Amino acid sequence: MSEESFLQVREVSKSFGGVKAVDGVSFDLAKGKTLGIIGPNGSGKTTLVNLITGFIRPDSGKIFFKDKDITRLPPHIIADLGITRTFQIMRPYYTLPAYKNLIAPLFSPRVKRTSGGKFGERDSVAIDLLEEIGFERDSYVPYKLASTLPLGYLKRLELARCIALRPEVIICDEIFSGLSMAEIATMIPLIEKLQMEGITIIMIEHRLRELFRIVDKVMVMNFGEKIAEGKPQEVMETERVKEAYLGIERRK
Amino acid sequence: MTAGKRKERLDRGIKVRTEGIYTLSSWREMIYLVAPRLVLILGLLIIPLLLPSSYYQKLICIMCIYALLAISFDFLTNFVGLVCLGGALFMGVGGYIAGGLNSAFGLSPILTIPIATLGGAIICTVLLLPCLPIRGVYFAIVTLVYPLLLLKIIEATRILGGTDGLPGLTTFPNIWIDQYLIIGITILSIFGLRRLVNEDIGLLFRSIKDNDQAVKASGIGITRYKALAVFIASGIGCLAGAYLCHLYAWVGISFFALDFSILPIAAAVLGGMGTIAGPFLGAAILVPLSEILRALGGLRIVFYALILILIIGIRPEGLFNYFQRKYHQFEHWIEV
Repeated sequence: MSEESFLQVREVSKSFGGVKAVDGVSFDLAKGKTLGIIGPNGSGKTTLVNLITGFIRPDSGKIFFKDKDITRLPPHIIADLGITRTFQIMRPYYTLPAYKNLIAPLFSPRVKRTSGGKFGERDSVAIDLLEEIGFERDSYVPYKLASTLPLGYLKRLELARCIALRPEVIICDEIFSGLSMAEIATMIPLIEKLQMEGITIIMIEHRLRELFRIVDKVMVMNFGEKIAEGKPQEVMETERVKEAYLGIERRK
Repeated sequence: MTAGKRKERLDRGIKVRTEGIYTLSSWREMIYLVAPRLVLILGLLIIPLLLPSSYYQKLICIMCIYALLAISFDFLTNFVGLVCLGGALFMGVGGYIAGGLNSAFGLSPILTIPIATLGGAIICTVLLLPCLPIRGVYFAIVTLVYPLLLLKIIEATRILGGTDGLPGLTTFPNIWIDQYLIIGITILSIFGLRRLVNEDIGLLFRSIKDNDQAVKASGIGITRYKALAVFIASGIGCLAGAYLCHLYAWVGISFFALDFSILPIAAAVLGGMGTIAGPFLGAAILVPLSEILRALGGLRIVFYALILILIIGIRPEGLFNYFQRKYHQFEHWIEV
């Protein structure tokens, strides 16, 4: 398995009615690297995530994960292979306490296979994981109903749900949005820790300054198309990106 | 409400103290925990002894049947997120399997009831399987339509006795077995389901209800678990149907009547959705009430509807949630 054949997206397209939400996008991502995807609202970033994770099937194009074609697999099989995601719109399991929100990944076949998630241990595994991600162990926070948690904790909970699955790829869909600068500052080390553990990360973000600190490369999308890819600074210098993303007019 | 003041609700001290293992250190706290459960169990066990005639004793059996349908509805709707209008489907399938086996092969109720429970649950799950992967109202619509479909098939093809049904089935030896069998089943179902929804598998059901997308993203195929939940709920419903055919010594197309789908929903709303015990309470109120109102003839439905609307208007949370809150919390006025 070569470096580049870890996650490959080849010419995927998806239309909703007459709108081309994603139009022939391709990219490669090597194991352990972090990719940032940026672009204006409605440029197809979340649709691309839905295509990779199987929540939407592409009209054309192929997606390969470790040389395996995952294009038309259902979401839970793709998650079982090790690609998981957070959701842009936070919907935790409101009727369950925070630590019980991790029941789904801890119950999954993948975790049973990889770590022998035995019956009865799940609660302590969940509490440990929540402590790692910033829920104070000796407070009531991990035991509170998810419906009573503030947004910062919900975002962490969403990330914890992904980590609990012990994935190889995590796709974070706007995990910083709605958070204060201080909260983002405490989230970044969590992402960096995942990077150190060798987890491949795709981040969709509007907060460019924070994003550029942690990613290896950036991909810019506009109207469903990929318009640039490369190192953050280089990409932001290209004319098309300035025009599309930052709204600077092209000089004639 | 007084201006500048609002009601504050606080948990009673004893409620907080009974949440841990320390409960076992004091009689008072143990009684606090056990009392509501004992009221239900002992109440159900004693009531048959106090009733004056077999008419009322039969009424208890009917009440328990509706209670079983109501808790199966509550389980599917509020813990798995599948709005199920299929009480009549479960009743009919369970009733016809038990009745058919009894009438054709003379199997005793000891065999027909378990066979109808398991077989019926399998049949209902298979029938409903196609609409499980789809989100939305489709499950509710399909569960509502199946009883009509099966009813028409039996009517048109005249299989299983056609419109006359299958008469002359074996009954239970005496009225006490009638009552205590179904009472035992009801108690077991209530406590069993209340336990189940807090086990890991039950938490997974509740996760699917709250956000099925996130469960999928966690590597779990949700259709399997939805099917398992439908299997459990339809098993309870089929059990009620199988029991009823031996109680009446007859099974017919009225087992597919819409009453079995609608009244359990009313009972669940009245008793309190999402509590399992609440729907039982609702059935325990509604079934005797509709018997009393039978004397009013045509006006019965009007009174019945009025009472429902009033209770839903005044206490939309349901009676059980209301009583539970009063039991666990006290209220006082505070300055705002």
